[in-house]
Amino acid sequence: MPQISQLADTYFSQIFWMLVFFGLTFFIVGRGMVPKVMATMADRNKRIGDDLGAAEAARAAAEAEEAAWLETEAKQRASAHELIAAAKHQAAQATHDSLAIATARIDADVSAAEARIAEARAAALGEIELVAADAAQEIALRVAGLTISADDARGAVKGTFVHG
Amino acid sequence: MAAEAKVDPMHQFAIEPLFGSGNWAIAGHNVAFTNSALWMAIATLALVVFVGGGLKRETVPGRWQMAVESFTGFIDNMLATNVGPAGKKYVPYIFSLFMFILFANFLGLMPLGVFGVHPFTFTSHFSATGVLSVLSFSIVLIVGFAKHKLHFFSLFVPHGTPAAMAPAIFVVELISFLVRPFSLGLRLFVAMMAGHVLLEVLSSFVISGGNAGPILFAVAGLPSFVLMVGICALEMLVCGIQAYVFALLTCVYLNDAENLH
Repeated sequence: MPQISQLADTYFSQIFWMLVFFGLTFFIVGRGMVPKVMATMADRNKRIGDDLGAAEAARAAAEAEEAAWLETEAKQRASAHELIAAAKHQAAQATHDSLAIATARIDADVSAAEARIAEARAAALGEIELVAADAAQEIALRVAGLTISADDARGAVKGTFVHG
Repeated sequence: MAAEAKVDPMHQFAIEPLFGSGNWAIAGHNVAFTNSALWMAIATLALVVFVGGGLKRETVPGRWQMAVESFTGFIDNMLATNVGPAGKKYVPYIFSLFMFILFANFLGLMPLGVFGVHPFTFTSHFSATGVLSVLSFSIVLIVGFAKHKLHFFSLFVPHGTPAAMAPAIFVVELISFLVRPFSLGLRLFVAMMAGHVLLEVLSSFVISGGNAGPILFAVAGLPSFVLMVGICALEMLVCGIQAYVFALLTCVYLNDAENLH
């Protein structure tokens, strides 16, 4: 077993070179390179963390914006509803008003027309009385040879007209 | 031919000086640049290349950077779960430890023998793994005493120990604590050596079976070869697991030093 049989001759060389090369490894690789590698990893992790934080913040901001927008929208919707209701009310009112005006005008026209009709009828009735009275005088003169005064004839005719 | 086919499964662990460096010495101690040292150098180089390739520092990582980051993330996570926030500062050490052992284990298992280069697994030498385990243990001791002063000894008396039992428990806990560097280093060394010996023994069956004729080859050689394929896969797993266990136990021990019980 060379590990034991050669030990007396080689132990110092083994220990010496082991210290030399492990020392080199430790100082070049362990102290020189590993911290840089770890720093790179730490930087990357920090950057990823920062990016995630920024994304989270952006999301929160977007959510706040959305909430604010929803609120504004709800408000605007409500005011629009109000406007529509007011406009509807106004329109109804206007319709009602113009209807009332039109109705009044039509009523006035109708009553005026009725008055005219009544007048015309009355006039017509008066004319018919006269004609009837004339006719009655004429008939009485021709048939009975009686001379009836215009007033009597008119009174007789009127009575008939009145009694229908 | 048959005589040469005798395979020594332990030969792969022999340490040989390279490039005529057998007589190099510091203060009278031999520091020959051996095949073991060469593979330590290769492991270091491979690790530098691997981690260096992931150093592009891009925000959107490529595959290579992703691979390196998954390893650093794995170590970071292991320290965070075992030691807590105080474990962050040990990431360079645990990462170096884990990756160095992992690369050493894997490099030792590379089928480079096909190209005539024989990889040497220096983690199969307790003189090498011992350095790492003593290093880890020293850090535990230094951190423990620096942070908690003599209060660190309370680690050896768990909460709720009856006063009468405290001395006995203290001794038991102290022994189990002092055994840690040995168990840490030996576990890795034994696991790596056992796997390599097993592969070598099985491959010697394939070779001697083949040399002994077609019948023996079919009876012993082929099943051994099939078994080798499976054990190679198992060894790959062991490479990762042993590196993980070494790093994990160091984390657990560091947790004792940082947070006591």
